[in-house]
Amino acid sequence: MDYLQISKAANIRKKITSGIIYALLAIWAVIVLFPFYWMLLTSVKSYGSYNAEHIPSFFTLSPTLQNYVDAFTTVSLGKYLTNTLIFTLITTAIMMVVIVLAAFAFARLDFKGKNIVFTLFLSLMMIPNELVVITNFVTVTNLDMRNSFLGLILPSVTSVFYIYLLKENFAQIPDDLYYAAKVDGTSDYRYLRRVMIPICKPTLITIVILKVIECWNSYVWPRLITDDPDYYLVSNGIQEIRENGFGRENIPAMMAAVVVISLPLIVLFLIFRRKVMEGVTRGGTKG
Amino acid sequence: MKIVLQNLTKKFPSRTKKSKDEVVAVNDFTFEIPDGKLIGLLGPSGCGKSTTLNLISGLQKPTSGKVFFGEDDVTDLPAEHRGVGLVFQSYALYPHLTVKQNITFPLENLKGIHKMTKEEMAARALEAAKLVQIDTLMDRKPGELSGGQQQRVAIARALVKMPKVLLLDEPLSNLDARLRLQTREELRRIQRETKITTIFVTHDQEEAMSISDLIVVMKDGVIHQIGKPQEVYDDPINQFVATFLGTPPINIFHGYVEDGRLFIGNEAVLSVTNVPNQEVTVGIRPEGFILDENGPLTCKLNRVEVMGRDISVVSTHDLCDNAAIRSIIDAENNVDTNSETVHFALKPTKVHLFHKGTGERIRFEV
Amino acid sequence: MDKKNLKGWLYLIPAFLFLGVFMIYPLIDVFIYSFEEGYNSASQNFYGVGLYNYSYVLHDPYFLQALKNTFILVIITVPVSTGLALLIAVGLSSIKPLRELFQTIYFLPYVTNTLAVGLVFMILFKKTAYSDGLINLLINLFGGSSVDFIDGPYWAKMLVLCLYTIWVVMPFKILILTSALASVNPIYYNAAKVDGTSAFRIFRRITLPMISPMIFYLVITGFIGAFKAYSDAVALFGTNLNTAEMNTIVGYVYDMLYGDSGGYPSFASAAAIILFVIVLTITCINLLVSKKHVHY
Repeated sequence: MDYLQISKAANIRKKITSGIIYALLAIWAVIVLFPFYWMLLTSVKSYGSYNAEHIPSFFTLSPTLQNYVDAFTTVSLGKYLTNTLIFTLITTAIMMVVIVLAAFAFARLDFKGKNIVFTLFLSLMMIPNELVVITNFVTVTNLDMRNSFLGLILPSVTSVFYIYLLKENFAQIPDDLYYAAKVDGTSDYRYLRRVMIPICKPTLITIVILKVIECWNSYVWPRLITDDPDYYLVSNGIQEIRENGFGRENIPAMMAAVVVISLPLIVLFLIFRRKVMEGVTRGGTKG
Repeated sequence: MKIVLQNLTKKFPSRTKKSKDEVVAVNDFTFEIPDGKLIGLLGPSGCGKSTTLNLISGLQKPTSGKVFFGEDDVTDLPAEHRGVGLVFQSYALYPHLTVKQNITFPLENLKGIHKMTKEEMAARALEAAKLVQIDTLMDRKPGELSGGQQQRVAIARALVKMPKVLLLDEPLSNLDARLRLQTREELRRIQRETKITTIFVTHDQEEAMSISDLIVVMKDGVIHQIGKPQEVYDDPINQFVATFLGTPPINIFHGYVEDGRLFIGNEAVLSVTNVPNQEVTVGIRPEGFILDENGPLTCKLNRVEVMGRDISVVSTHDLCDNAAIRSIIDAENNVDTNSETVHFALKPTKVHLFHKGTGERIRFEV
Repeated sequence: MDKKNLKGWLYLIPAFLFLGVFMIYPLIDVFIYSFEEGYNSASQNFYGVGLYNYSYVLHDPYFLQALKNTFILVIITVPVSTGLALLIAVGLSSIKPLRELFQTIYFLPYVTNTLAVGLVFMILFKKTAYSDGLINLLINLFGGSSVDFIDGPYWAKMLVLCLYTIWVVMPFKILILTSALASVNPIYYNAAKVDGTSAFRIFRRITLPMISPMIFYLVITGFIGAFKAYSDAVALFGTNLNTAEMNTIVGYVYDMLYGDSGGYPSFASAAAIILFVIVLTITCINLLVSKKHVHY
């Protein structure tokens, strides 16, 4: 047997395989990135030049920021962004308080009926949003909270899954710490604030990021509950821009709006890349 | 088939990213493993034993140097084509396959003229399973087996393709003490029966000594000594080899040589005529002590442990590095357990002198 | 003792308030709605209890269209995206340089606004008076003729919807599969390599069985997710999905609830419960199948 020949053949085959793999991965990377490139490119083409292109060109020599100006002046993109920011921040903040308290109760405190309640909570995780949205819509309408932040925020606060995730994390803190704190005369609330929250900060940050992404992209509930453009979030805003936007079909300006809407989350993701991906691996879903 | 390692070196980048230092796991190995022998690669953990094994199996590529199987240079040959059998420390049995499927797995990979029919494979698998005495467990999954049984399956899987070389990485370390004793005899038997050149890695010197034809003692990526177990034990090349081999371990004293006599403290314990005056490290094997009322070495007696055929005298000495000196003496001797001290004479062949700084052996004549 | 009990519940009050009002109550209510016949949201009364709402929904051509669309979407996107994600994840796991970069790029669609990026897909596929759009130009380049993917034939619209859905769900699947692959102990690969196993056989006999639980998890969540498709369709075809023949079951529920054809919470409830039953059934079937085929 000629070992040298086998070595060489194996080496060549390895190179070919890795070439194919890289080619495949590169193709998918292009498929993923191309829409982003296209929206960026289109957003800096002028209205005139975009519509003059029968064959779209892959670059532009005369980039313009006019579309971004249009996006903020002709339509109320700024308003949509502020609305979304307010909605995202308040929803996330309230949710964090609610879930930290609940997770603490489940993980640390002893009380009658705890296990039954927790099982009940877990079973709620399986309930699809579509089932409860109908009544929530009616409830919020009846409470006269349509077109208000309250109506937008309140039903979006609940998240059984995050309570579960946080409770698991809290439960990993050794009991000894709790007993040590008790001996030192620390109250439960103080223990939660000074010990548990700092220790579980990574998980809390992950939850915050996931919730922010969810809020920023939420579409269905805001669509149902708002028909006054003053309360539109970005998802509804972009839909509004598409349908009634600039008075005429101004695609470059629309793309400028799309860029502005997409950018915050992309930046957030690039900063917290590891945390986001780790968090999603641990149980995020989309859709 | 004999295996030759020629100037084999493997370096790893340092674990801390900042420093550019490299870790040399295997440093310039050159030795020949004769055909059909059982070789023990022995050394403390982290000494490069497993890396050496991986270089032979082809799972890792050497930084420099060559590996020969027989006369063929296989340095660049991928593991898939080397045809070695390898038993992993954790066995690496495929958990979703039955014992039988695990054992036939390597056979199903054969191509061309070596391709086997299902019946041939089943026959070969059964043969291998019988050799390691697991032929009754063929339809179980690895999760349902005990550690010892899993280990046998792993060996059967490595043997079934009739490898030219069998490599075992710490094969016994996951077994309990009693099973370890039993399995290592088994290993010896299987190797004798199959006559496959076998290399196994272990940190347990007793294990290596008891079954190997040859042992290779390594430390920090460097080979210290190669030889038959008894030879290496009796004639260690340096202090590391001497301390690493033997249970109970060798007793290390601080001493000096003056005018052809070896002193421990103020007592001249041995005549060493050809050694120039210097400070030395003295290693005395437990069996190198002779109970002697007039013996020159005086130790404080701690206790006496009776072990049947032998007794073990546990004592201390200010100039001894070991927390307790263990000496093994024939049970016929009587030791006065009430006495505060015990006196020893020494057997010159069981006493080794080492250079104070380098630990190199200093040979002496009585 | 009593104080201790009280304290536990005290911490749970906020969670209970929110869950009770916006989850538990609606859950019960939706069933009630679905059986109340002729419910009028203005006067808040109804004139009967029965299965009429279900029968209405099941005979509504819009619902049947939505049902068909959803099923086609599910049947195409779930296998394609899972298979493609597996291929990419395996590729990712076998390289070292550039791996992090690729992983980051692949994850981008997860953090983008579905509605916003959908518009980009729309302009890429859309045929307008000025231009045939980039994709049509590519098709022309290979000798095909232009198709309007957004306002054109049904199959073309369905194709874009499937493509966009796959583009959107891939990041999650690639991520999960990559981490599943990373969790396979490399010692099995080494063992197989030493035994001369080819790469393809290693994949089929070792990798695949070992990550099969994760693949089934993805198939199950993929089915559930695809059955709830909605915003992808809105992004591509606008809010008036019924006219575009591109509505989905979830879209039908929302349209019944609100919008131009809205105001019928009973019909919406019935449709939502039908969806829930479908998803539940399929999930159960999936679980049964996976019990047979998953090796752990």
